[in-house]
Amino acid sequence: MLKIKNLHVSVEGNEILRGLNLEINKGEVHAIMGPNGSGKSTLANVLAGKEDYEVTAGEIIYKGEDLLEMSIEDRSREGIFMAFQYPVEIPGVSMINFLKTALNANREYHEQKKMSAREILKLVREKAKLVEVDDEFLRRAVNEGFSGGEKKRNEILQMAVLGFQLAVLDETDSGLDIDALRIVSEGINQLRGEDNAFVVVTHYQRLLDHIVPDFVHVLYNGAIVKSGDKNLALELEKEGYAWIKEEAAAAS
Amino acid sequence: MKTKQHFISIFDEMANEDALKDIRKQAIDTFSQLEFPTRRHEEWKYTNINPIIQKSYTVEENCSVSQETIDGYILGETPGNILVFVNGIFNEELSHIENSEEIIVSNVKGALQKHGEKVTQFVENTTDKEQIFSVLNTALLQDGVFIQVPKNKVVEKPIFVVNVSDSEQQFIHNAKNIIDVGENSQVNIVETYRHGKDSAYFNNITTDVFVAANAHVQHVRLQMESKKAYQITTLNIRQQKDSTYTSVSVDLGGAIVRNNINVDLQDSNIESNLYGLYLGKDEQLIDNHTFIDHAKPHCNSNELYKGILDDKARGVFNGKVLVRQDAQKTNAFQSNQNILLSDNAGVDTKPQLEIFADDVKCSHGATVGELDEGAMFYLRARGIGEKEAHSLLRQAFVGEVLEFVKQDSLREKLEEIVMSHF
Repeated sequence: MLKIKNLHVSVEGNEILRGLNLEINKGEVHAIMGPNGSGKSTLANVLAGKEDYEVTAGEIIYKGEDLLEMSIEDRSREGIFMAFQYPVEIPGVSMINFLKTALNANREYHEQKKMSAREILKLVREKAKLVEVDDEFLRRAVNEGFSGGEKKRNEILQMAVLGFQLAVLDETDSGLDIDALRIVSEGINQLRGEDNAFVVVTHYQRLLDHIVPDFVHVLYNGAIVKSGDKNLALELEKEGYAWIKEEAAAAS
Repeated sequence: MKTKQHFISIFDEMANEDALKDIRKQAIDTFSQLEFPTRRHEEWKYTNINPIIQKSYTVEENCSVSQETIDGYILGETPGNILVFVNGIFNEELSHIENSEEIIVSNVKGALQKHGEKVTQFVENTTDKEQIFSVLNTALLQDGVFIQVPKNKVVEKPIFVVNVSDSEQQFIHNAKNIIDVGENSQVNIVETYRHGKDSAYFNNITTDVFVAANAHVQHVRLQMESKKAYQITTLNIRQQKDSTYTSVSVDLGGAIVRNNINVDLQDSNIESNLYGLYLGKDEQLIDNHTFIDHAKPHCNSNELYKGILDDKARGVFNGKVLVRQDAQKTNAFQSNQNILLSDNAGVDTKPQLEIFADDVKCSHGATVGELDEGAMFYLRARGIGEKEAHSLLRQAFVGEVLEFVKQDSLREKLEEIVMSHF
């Protein structure tokens, strides 16, 4: 589904990613861990198409196509869903109006008939159960005045309503208390399927207790320096990143 | 001096034989003693009115407008009274006045014939002898609306005032509107200014609203004058205790537009809301000057003015709130927010608070920025195309002003007009 080869990315002249390689297939969950500043969020932002990130070398192939050539909106329409670390507040745009506009923009792209307001409301209400939000939530402006937990639940709600093939969760667990974490991760688990895949960027092992990954990668100094299964995350939780840094230093 | 002479000669050429003869004469005498403001005046620092006062104008030209055109200018579904003015001249055929023994809904000329003395008094009392555009308005007064609602009357349907300007000529038109709302009464007034040909006419309008105790007034104004036209409006609101006045004002047209709004809160427990929206393109200049005078305790005033400016358009917001010593427990909030879509567009914003009471809650603020890039990215990352994302954000921005229009059909129609203006 996704192949990242030798990816080099600079932000304002500073090279953040330095030859990152990653391959993700349908049905897989990949966790990306690593110390602060290792490039985790940069990877997520490049996948979403955020400007100010300059790809200086390498390629990203998504479903056989050059992802870097695709517009931000087309990436979404082609099934990449980015759950943001800091979802943006949009005053004056109600959740339901936002979801309606996004859903119909996606449907139009796929040459499907637009859905009526009633059909959309029905769909959204059904998906809203997944993250335990009510109609009042849908009337509020997008993320405006939402608590940290509500913002993250909102990301998962959008993921459920709009659908996706590859979900990129950028520190979705940061700042969540245990109840919010449970709701968010249960929502995610229900959306897991054989035809989709997840990239879970996280600082903490705690999320991976709930969303069990197939692969764990350690990102350090802009490249993946170690990969393993879920046990690698447990080891990092116990030992920290010092030994990774030592190994990386010895290898170079 | 030369420019003033032109307006005086217009006065001399007008037939001044009606009941207002003496008042007009006084007004033109006062006019000749006052001076037009220049940019050296603090209140006119950002707005140069020379293009307006240096032109030569003609007076009155009738023009026919079809019923369909007028119907298209009615906002919302259920109009009650409709007063139509074409180039400042009242058009009885296109108007629709619901007969009522108690409520007066009329043009000023008609009201003068029927209620002579009362109307004359109002005209005299609403002429501000220190304001040159007010005395000019009275001196050259042609017509306007006269609405008087007695005590304890709820006027259910909005009263529409449709002003159409359509002329080859550069004409000047001075309209005086008087709205007098009695105790415990309620009224909803919708003014619209539309145009046919794109000529450089000048509408100098004054509106005085008297809101008696416990009366409630909603006043919506949609200004879509020609892009070459000038409009100077002076809106004076006098409120008695327990009353509410809400103005929602939308400026889309005009080359130079100046709105002076003065709200006089004369007693306690009054609520005054001023909301404004302005969209400027090309070289338009839209200037909103508001002054809210809190004299007594327990009153609230809310002001929100939002503008989107493109090309070389300029916006001005100058909002002054005065809280006098007796006006304890005042809540006064003021905000001016602007989005600039072009590097050449600009805004001068000056929120001012003058507070002489010590137990008050007041705030003011102004922002000038671009469309939120973070929000744009977020919308596009959900599959919404760039154009549609832009439109959604603009709609959200303007929606925060239009949401104060209570009636759904009226608000939706305004929203549609504003959105199609982009």
